Amino acid sequence: MTTPVEHERTQVDPAGEEVRSEDRPWQTLVWNDPVNLMSYVTYVFQKLFGYSRDHATKLMLDVHHKGRAIVSSGTKDKVEADVAKLHAAGLWATMQRSS
Amino acid sequence: MKKWTRTGDQVLGRFDRQEAAVVRGLVSQIQDMLLARAEEAPQDELAELTGIRTGPSTPPDDPILGRLLPDFHRLDPDAPDPAEVDSANALRSLHEPELLDLKTGVAAVVLQTCPPDGGEVRLALEQAEAWLSALNDVRLALGTALDVQEDMPDELPPDDPRSPHLGVYHWLTWVQETLVEAVMN
Repeated sequence: MTTPVEHERTQVDPAGEEVRSEDRPWQTLVWNDPVNLMSYVTYVFQKLFGYSRDHATKLMLDVHHKGRAIVSSGTKDKVEADVAKLHAAGLWATMQRSS
Repeated sequence: MKKWTRTGDQVLGRFDRQEAAVVRGLVSQIQDMLLARAEEAPQDELAELTGIRTGPSTPPDDPILGRLLPDFHRLDPDAPDPAEVDSANALRSLHEPELLDLKTGVAAVVLQTCPPDGGEVRLALEQAEAWLSALNDVRLALGTALDVQEDMPDELPPDDPRSPHLGVYHWLTWVQETLVEAVMN
């Protein structure tokens, strides 16, 4: 992503991470790309998933620094719909089965 | 162009004549590419009966369209898993018609609200969100064409054929960045 703005790393409640993976068999991934703006990616995560600014910022920074982040999980239908919405917003999103 | 500003539920911007021509020209080019892709969708009687549309099952050859219409799975370019390829193709066929509608729709909002001769652009919040998606699509297209990388310099050497276009790309980045700020405010 581009236009790095200094963000403070914030402690985020890892909501949902306790859920057993068989209940959330699919994952939505967002991959880093050199065009999408950091501010826009944060905005998209907030708008599409209703995440707090802090949580959306953390996910955006994960994409930026680690190359990808899991941004949602659930049934195949849910994740498929999430990927479709991210594509409409212009993010590079894919889906995979939880390992 | 001044920075976008937000007043209540409205977002205001102003483009001079040349800026408006650049925005409108690029947005309509993307819209035309997407409409041409939509034309390639297989026509079948069953789809007309059921109302369930299906798009092409294979990705576009053009790298710009490929970036605007990505696969649903991350496929290994050298040795793609055949089951994943089948799944990606099926998901593309199912979702691409709606994605094309959404992308041509946000382009239409820009063309309706950006005056051809320049001037004030007054947007409801929903229209501003459409502008964000449309500007992002234009930047993805230009970024792909210019082979933009993470550490792209502000300017390229003057003999680089991409040099004049990079200025447009950076300007659009600024237009989008200030629009995100205004919308999130």
